[in-house]
Amino acid sequence: MSHPNKKRLRRSMMFLNCQKPGLIKDPYIYRPDSIMLDLEDAVAENQKDAARYSLYHALQEIDYRGVERVVRINGLDTPHWKEDIRVCVAGGADTIRIAKTESAKDVHMVEEHVLAAEREFGRQEGSTLLMAALESCRGVLHALEVCESSDRLIGIALSGGDYTKDLQTVITGTGVELQGARQQMIIAARAAGVQCWDTVFTNLDAMDVFEEEVKMIKMMGFDGKSLVNPRQIDIVHKIFTPTQKEIIFAEKVVREIDEKKAQGIGVFTVDGKMIDIAFYDGAKRTIDLAKASGVYEGDL
Amino acid sequence: MINAVGREIPEEILKLTGKEGYQGAKAKDNYEFTRGAAKIRAMVDPGRSKLAESIRDVLTKCGIRDGMTVSFHHHFREGDYVVNMVMEEIHKMGIKDLSICATSLGKAHDPIVPMIEDGTVTSIRSSGVRGKIGEAISTGKLKNLAVMCSHGGRVRAIESGEVHIDIAFIGAPSADEYGNLKANGGKSNCGVLSYAMADAQYADKVVAITDTLVPFPNVPASISMTNVDYVVVVDEIGNPAKIATGAAKPTTDMRKLRMADYCTQFVINTPYFKDGFSYQTGVGGASIASTISLAEEMEKRGIHMGFGVGGLTAPMCSLLERGLVDVLVDTQDFDLGAVESIQKHPDRHIEISASEYANPFNKGAYVNKLDFVILAALEVDVNFNCNVVVGSDGVITGAQGGHPDTAAGAKCTIVIAPLLQGRIPAVCTNVTTVTTPGETVDVIITDYGIAINPKRQDLMECMKDSKLPIRTIEELRDMAYSIVGEPDPVQFGDRVVGIIEGRDGTIMDVVREIKPYEFKD
Amino acid sequence: MEIKKAAMAGTLESSDAQVSVEPGTKGIELSIESSVIHQFGRQIKATVLETLNRLGVTDGKVTVVDKGALDCTLKARVECAVYRSNEVAENLPWGGVIR
Repeated sequence: MSHPNKKRLRRSMMFLNCQKPGLIKDPYIYRPDSIMLDLEDAVAENQKDAARYSLYHALQEIDYRGVERVVRINGLDTPHWKEDIRVCVAGGADTIRIAKTESAKDVHMVEEHVLAAEREFGRQEGSTLLMAALESCRGVLHALEVCESSDRLIGIALSGGDYTKDLQTVITGTGVELQGARQQMIIAARAAGVQCWDTVFTNLDAMDVFEEEVKMIKMMGFDGKSLVNPRQIDIVHKIFTPTQKEIIFAEKVVREIDEKKAQGIGVFTVDGKMIDIAFYDGAKRTIDLAKASGVYEGDL
Repeated sequence: MINAVGREIPEEILKLTGKEGYQGAKAKDNYEFTRGAAKIRAMVDPGRSKLAESIRDVLTKCGIRDGMTVSFHHHFREGDYVVNMVMEEIHKMGIKDLSICATSLGKAHDPIVPMIEDGTVTSIRSSGVRGKIGEAISTGKLKNLAVMCSHGGRVRAIESGEVHIDIAFIGAPSADEYGNLKANGGKSNCGVLSYAMADAQYADKVVAITDTLVPFPNVPASISMTNVDYVVVVDEIGNPAKIATGAAKPTTDMRKLRMADYCTQFVINTPYFKDGFSYQTGVGGASIASTISLAEEMEKRGIHMGFGVGGLTAPMCSLLERGLVDVLVDTQDFDLGAVESIQKHPDRHIEISASEYANPFNKGAYVNKLDFVILAALEVDVNFNCNVVVGSDGVITGAQGGHPDTAAGAKCTIVIAPLLQGRIPAVCTNVTTVTTPGETVDVIITDYGIAINPKRQDLMECMKDSKLPIRTIEELRDMAYSIVGEPDPVQFGDRVVGIIEGRDGTIMDVVREIKPYEFKD
Repeated sequence: MEIKKAAMAGTLESSDAQVSVEPGTKGIELSIESSVIHQFGRQIKATVLETLNRLGVTDGKVTVVDKGALDCTLKARVECAVYRSNEVAENLPWGGVIR
């Protein structure tokens, strides 16, 4: 039985620096689906210890009001990641984001330490979920094996900054340099039945370009995006909100399939479109999105 | 006695000031009185000049002496040089025991503090004080009680004769030698001279101080030669960069934007939001953002504003440019956009006096005609009382401004405040000091939700289908306390150092001397 | 735990607190400066003393310069300073004396 939260809605995953008390105090005000409390790049090398105490008490004492609490831990090539895992599990983080994942082996290594920590701190075994950030060409090429590496793994996220360096190019603003990785990753994620998130967009003066990028990644099939600023959240949610037309159609599909299934009919038409059981999950997802966006008024 | 907002006003303060405690927002309706009057010295001889050689010269001509009351306006905001240059000269002359009756005092006036310490200045009446003067008052350095009054309340005090100004000093961006004063046409333009108008009419002696002397007649004049005794020309009356700043960049703070959005949604869901409505807003990031988003809704719905009141900024003035408002009535300009607007649209952007704006004791002021006012506050309590003057450390640090006046007048008074400022909750059980009574405040908008004053069941009804996060004020307080803990009250000393004067002249609250914090084990 | 050498944690940014510890022999000598002392001085002191008590610190000079930090931040800064003074950063007792 997989974890009940494995497939929860994750349109907006906002990074927050663990070392900044003012930031981690009440980010739920902005209503992201997930926050990603960062122990890695945002925290200076000599403050890695300090960030963990802050993280522990934040996880234990702040009511994040249903927002998923992901923690980005330091890379497996650093001296920090093992203690990072201990504090995440002890504090009760929902999910750990593994930086610079390159292979299934990396996920297994983290999984092993997470399990040990769950036993040490009396947490239910398997309760801590994992997600993997792919930040290199090797990682992107290994997307499928990473996606299939663990029951705990909820999905993969592209980290465009490091990836483009590895690719020997830069973020150009056109998206051309990320095309291959985006396609490869979303295909792998869907093949493995896990989620997939796009990289951050850091130019806060170009909100219109950001909006176009979100529209594009939604069309590509991504579940959401890593974010760096609360201003980006509402834009993502707006774009991921189904239209009334889509909602009405999804409702009809769900109702018709439920009804026709009982009658033993497999293929039929809704609003002139051929529909079969393969449409069911997608229609359900549309209704869930509509509910999360606060625009659903039906009773499904 | 305990006044109508539940504050204990010590008997000795009532006796000392000859004032009553606050009795309710409309308690003084129909109050009758005879206006105060100025002593005028006639100007019959056309050969006599009004030009004085220097500040010193004009002080002598006005007969400055111990115990007098001098007045100033704050249109030059933190760029003002006039208060300091006049007070320094008075100080040099060894005058003692002066009362300052200012429309507001800020950090620019920190040099006054030594004059408070040596007894040159022993009384202050002002809308508020920021910076070191506030600290000086709160640490008990001012000999007599400081009186914090609203803009409307100050004019009331002057017109009713409660305060008599001996000499008014009016910084004027341009003036002619006979004392026609304008707020523009000089080096330090401030748009309007509204707050100085009562001073010009009711002071015995009126001195114009300018750095730009223009040919006679300087018309249309904000303040006429008929009220001006002397004109002094100085090098600089202020720092233009700090008087009219460039338009503030619209906020990108998501919290403020969310509160602005709540505010706009609230406004458009009230019955007052209809063609011809009236509106006033502040200069904070959330207020400005809500003006911007309200304008979009107005355009979308084809609704336009009858009149806007200010304290104006560029975003309000842009409503005029876009034909979304018929007329702006103006008492103060906060940025270059507003200063330029009043010069560009003399027919639809109108300078009004502080009395016309907010005086409760004339025969009707603009605030009484407001549908909406959008305000800010340092603290709001569960009875909707607001504090805009005393900081969380107990020190006087803000100004009443038009807060209590507009709240009392408007049909829908909205206060925007982020629920937490660091660890300090904006919504609390008891405000440190009451400046605006809760009976005049209808709505509190925070980033955590919106509370409507229970006496406004009509507004609650309007918001039923709005999807806005409506909470009780107690729920907002409890949310804040659950995050930061329940704050202890400030440990004040016993001595009363100032009063918060209600706009009708009653005592709203007292401000006590601060003392160092003591841990009690 | 003992305070073995001088150590510090935290910053002077809004909502944070800077905590310094120094070895001592005369019990806990606590000094607190805070931008919200009037409203929260009592609670800040209680939180700092409780945290030191949990860590078993009985002697030392502890200085807190608070800029409106929540209790969870105060605890984190005190713990960090004490563990830094012991040069310990791994295998910490999460959920034990750190809680």
